[in-house]
Amino acid sequence: MFKSRSQPIQSSEITDESVWRARRRLFLQAPGALALAAGLPGLAQAVPVGQALSFNPSQRWKLDETPTSEADVTTYNNFYEFGTGKEDPSRQSGQFKTEPWTVQVDGLVHKPLTLDMDQILKLAPLEERIYRLRCVEAWSMVVPWVGYSLSALLKQASPMGSARFVRFETAAEPETMPGLRSRILDWPYVEALRLDEAMHPLTLLATGLYGKSLPVQNGAPVRLIVPWKYGFKSAKSLVRITLTDTMPESSWMKVAPHEYGFYANVNPDVPHPRWSQATERVIGSGFFATKKATLPFNGYAEDVASLYANMDLRRYY
Amino acid sequence: MKTWKAAQLDRLKPLVFLVGLFPLGRWVWLGFNNGLSANPAEFLTRSSGTWALVLLLVTLALSPVRRLLAQPALVRWRRMLGLFSFFYVALHTLAWAWWDRSGNWLSMWQDIVQRPLIAIGLIATVILLLLTLTSTHGWQKRLGRGWGRLHQTVFLAAALSVLHFYLIRIGKNDVVEVYVYGLVLVGLLILRRWPVLNQPAK
Repeated sequence: MFKSRSQPIQSSEITDESVWRARRRLFLQAPGALALAAGLPGLAQAVPVGQALSFNPSQRWKLDETPTSEADVTTYNNFYEFGTGKEDPSRQSGQFKTEPWTVQVDGLVHKPLTLDMDQILKLAPLEERIYRLRCVEAWSMVVPWVGYSLSALLKQASPMGSARFVRFETAAEPETMPGLRSRILDWPYVEALRLDEAMHPLTLLATGLYGKSLPVQNGAPVRLIVPWKYGFKSAKSLVRITLTDTMPESSWMKVAPHEYGFYANVNPDVPHPRWSQATERVIGSGFFATKKATLPFNGYAEDVASLYANMDLRRYY
Repeated sequence: MKTWKAAQLDRLKPLVFLVGLFPLGRWVWLGFNNGLSANPAEFLTRSSGTWALVLLLVTLALSPVRRLLAQPALVRWRRMLGLFSFFYVALHTLAWAWWDRSGNWLSMWQDIVQRPLIAIGLIATVILLLLTLTSTHGWQKRLGRGWGRLHQTVFLAAALSVLHFYLIRIGKNDVVEVYVYGLVLVGLLILRRWPVLNQPAK
């Protein structure tokens, strides 16, 4: 019976493989775009962790290197607000609330702002950038982030001529961040950049990872990415961005100024007191793999070395 | 309590052997169950160091325990526990040499001269290697009274190990665990000086 009802498929109806591949590529590259095209509501009010984002792949900031697996990127994290173990953040961040969320931009700006996540997501077109990530602990990853240059946001606030530094303050919610009970760092976590570093196109305000909004352990809902510096400079879960005329003291500078300087540029020639920075372990490189050589400025020297012309990088580490 | 006989304790030695193999077995189990984290090299380097220290402290605890329980024959387990401690020290050292220094001798040497924490770890390793090599009955006889004196340096190795651990953790101000190991070591040293326990075992 079934046989008699079903119509044979005409060869003209079969989608050509090249067309299918092109659609699949589009789907893989921009799942968020499809979600938006389908008229999915909700993105405006809330950005649940892991929601598909609408973005375009960056043509300028990409790498030939294979990205680290999503599983490794989301389970191997330093986020001391959720514990000092690498797996603590993915295990212990379930109670953390990312909605509602606002980021305050203040200090030496003509137009102080308080933006909610909806405004942040719409401020500039989101793009996917594949960046190297080098931790000060001598391991590294390759991560596909979604976001846009921080400069887009800073320009909205219109920095005053006297502004020279940008201070980043991150969330500190004792009820949902168990790591805050330990006194390892002064909470809230504070990081800072020179204004020209913050305005550099490479400096990313990231809202996503692997095409989806950030998981908490990776800094939801919005974080900084400064790919030519050690990972700790890229503050997670930002709540406040303040422009100042004096160099802010970062959390790590307070705890161990001889180990963690203000600049923290990736530099194979300047060892950490307790380990060499000349090489790095690539996460996911295999059990018997040895370390690979670390690149000056994490491979972004061409883009950023000029920011440090005439500076002794051994002194200003 | 009845005094345990040497033969009885010897019969239980396979059990002690299994205890010594536990960390290794745990790693294999974790390895097959995706439990070595995204960075197995770091996990195994740290884990081997921790187990080396734990087994060293267990070895050192055996003498006070055998006096507290008045069971002198317990000494028959001491060498095996000590050798297991060195087994994990050796793995810890190999992990450093291969995963941290890529098996490069020059790089290893640079690490030793540049970083007190590495040099301290190496001194502890060398002491424990020496004690391992002289752990046989043959060497015990050959060295006579000197054997006991030589093997007292195990306390120096233990103190250096705790210091090594402290220097790793202090940079991130994360030293609670180190204090626990340090207190256990100090406790064991105090027990040894405690007059009641210091009398020859009955």
